[in-house]
Amino acid sequence: MPQPDEAVLETDRTGDLAAVGAGLDALDAPPQQQRTPLWQRFVSTALPPLVAFALLIGVWQALWASAIWPEFQLPAPGDVWAKVTETVASGDAAEILWTSVSRAVLGFLAAVVIATPLGLLVAKVRVVRAAIGSLLTGLQSLPSVAWVPAAILWFGLTPSAIYFVVLMGSVPSIANGLVSGIDQIPPLLPRVGQALGAGKLQAARHVLLPAALPGYLAGLKQGWAFSWRSLMAAEIIATSPQLGLGLGQFLHNGQSLNDISMVIAAIFLILLVGIGIELLLFRPLERAVLRARGLTGAL
Amino acid sequence: MTATLETSAENTATAAVTLSGVRKVFGHGPSSVLALDGVDLRVAPGEFVCLLGASGCGKSTLLNVVAGLDAPTSGDIALTTTRPAVMFQEAALMPWLTAVRNVELPLRLAGHKRSSRRAKANELLDLVRLGDAGGKRPHELSGGMRQRVALARALASTLGSAEDGTPGLLLMDEPFAALDAITRDVLQAELLRVWRETDTAILFVTHDVREAVRLGQRVVLLSSRPGRVVREWSVDGLTGEDEVATIEDVTARLREVISGHAAA
Ligand SMILES: Nc1ncnc2c1ncn2[C@@H]1O[C@H](COP(=O)(O)OP(=O)(O)O)[C@@H](O)[C@H]1O
Ligand SMILES: [Mg+2]
Repeated sequence: MPQPDEAVLETDRTGDLAAVGAGLDALDAPPQQQRTPLWQRFVSTALPPLVAFALLIGVWQALWASAIWPEFQLPAPGDVWAKVTETVASGDAAEILWTSVSRAVLGFLAAVVIATPLGLLVAKVRVVRAAIGSLLTGLQSLPSVAWVPAAILWFGLTPSAIYFVVLMGSVPSIANGLVSGIDQIPPLLPRVGQALGAGKLQAARHVLLPAALPGYLAGLKQGWAFSWRSLMAAEIIATSPQLGLGLGQFLHNGQSLNDISMVIAAIFLILLVGIGIELLLFRPLERAVLRARGLTGAL
Repeated sequence: MTATLETSAENTATAAVTLSGVRKVFGHGPSSVLALDGVDLRVAPGEFVCLLGASGCGKSTLLNVVAGLDAPTSGDIALTTTRPAVMFQEAALMPWLTAVRNVELPLRLAGHKRSSRRAKANELLDLVRLGDAGGKRPHELSGGMRQRVALARALASTLGSAEDGTPGLLLMDEPFAALDAITRDVLQAELLRVWRETDTAILFVTHDVREAVRLGQRVVLLSSRPGRVVREWSVDGLTGEDEVATIEDVTARLREVISGHAAA
């Protein structure tokens, strides 16, 4: 078979070779991705949810105006908004949000510290995986509200009880995320690390953890969602003056006072924090990590 | 240095790597696979040896054993070089690191200082003509460019510790098999150039006879199941008709070895 390399082969002078090589590089390198302009990204990502939200409010207003349900079951959107601005204006909102968000963040950070070595152990040590791998997955599907009664019996109505529930909610997600991140590493990469002279710890630091980062981040994101959810469950059930006023208690108070506007305002604030952290923290982080690896398909 | 070694490669007392009676069995009991059986091989410092064989004959196994990634079942491997560098069919660059940081990685693992390893990495990227692409990520490079970064990284891992003049050893497992013909041709020439400039010994695995004869000073044919050294050819500096004749000879022997298995 005639080989296309024959012609190139004859001219082994370095100059020609360099030219051919440079030409190949130019022809063969994947095209650079154009970044879409800011306004275009705004139109395609921020506009649709805003429109959907506006529609929702519109339908709500219409339903309220038709007066099918009594006022104490379906408040006017304006009333809820008034409630929100009222709590914000009085400074209560800041205090309530601070109580809950600081608890969730603290609990989440503690969960990260516990779950990261745990995930590494489960992923890399066969006995540990056999022993607690399925337990960890099982715990993930256990609603964390289920821990609240036990936590109250064990710790009383204390912050410890709340933190316990938050940890039980988020540790399994984060650990499992890390495990699946490590499981999805192409087997060649650790081998390359070994061939380049990485010891066990170095391999974890320079190959395993960075390679598992996308899965780990997904786990962190889910872990945050779970710790926020668990916190709300704990706060709604475990209400007591010495626990301070968090969003959950605020919601609980709304129910006690038969104040539907307050209840919906609380739900709105809970959602706002959840979505806010996702959009401001995890989404950009995940985007940056995936983009750096050329995994732009998911964005 | 290379020139003197090239001429006296066969009778130098020192060798970059010496394999004696290397045997490798995968698994236990009746389902075990005897991949290598009594392989004897010596690679002189600075020598370019091509290991040729049908696929599944144990070439990768042999390379992994020399690299220290797998332990031989029995037999002995004596290295006089620094840590052998390994290059695989896939570039296997770390996707989260830029090209220059990929090349730096083995130096970083060996505990080199930031400034010195950056300088060394840039030097090696220049060597593979990728001096301008240091800041690019693997996904922004073509297959051939990635393989050149992998070559620079492999060289960093073997030369990084060779400041005292210890010779290096580069193990390559079909590194160009996944590339298109033109890119492969350019990279083969690049590899020869880099080899001449660095004095590294190379053990190059391939199933392509033309590639083996073109690149190597010596071609070693491995039999299949179990892998043993069948024959060697000295192919250094062959051109024109001699080269064609050798290619035919090697191909004929390779065919013999393969068809020997049909009967069994
Ligand atoms: N990890 C392993 N476990 C069991 N058998 C293996 C393993 N690795 C390789 N083998 C077997 O050893 C033989 C040689 O494999 P390999 O060295 O990969 O061949 P080559 O690289 O020459 O194609 C093959 O028959 C293969 O099936
Ligand atoms: Mg192979």
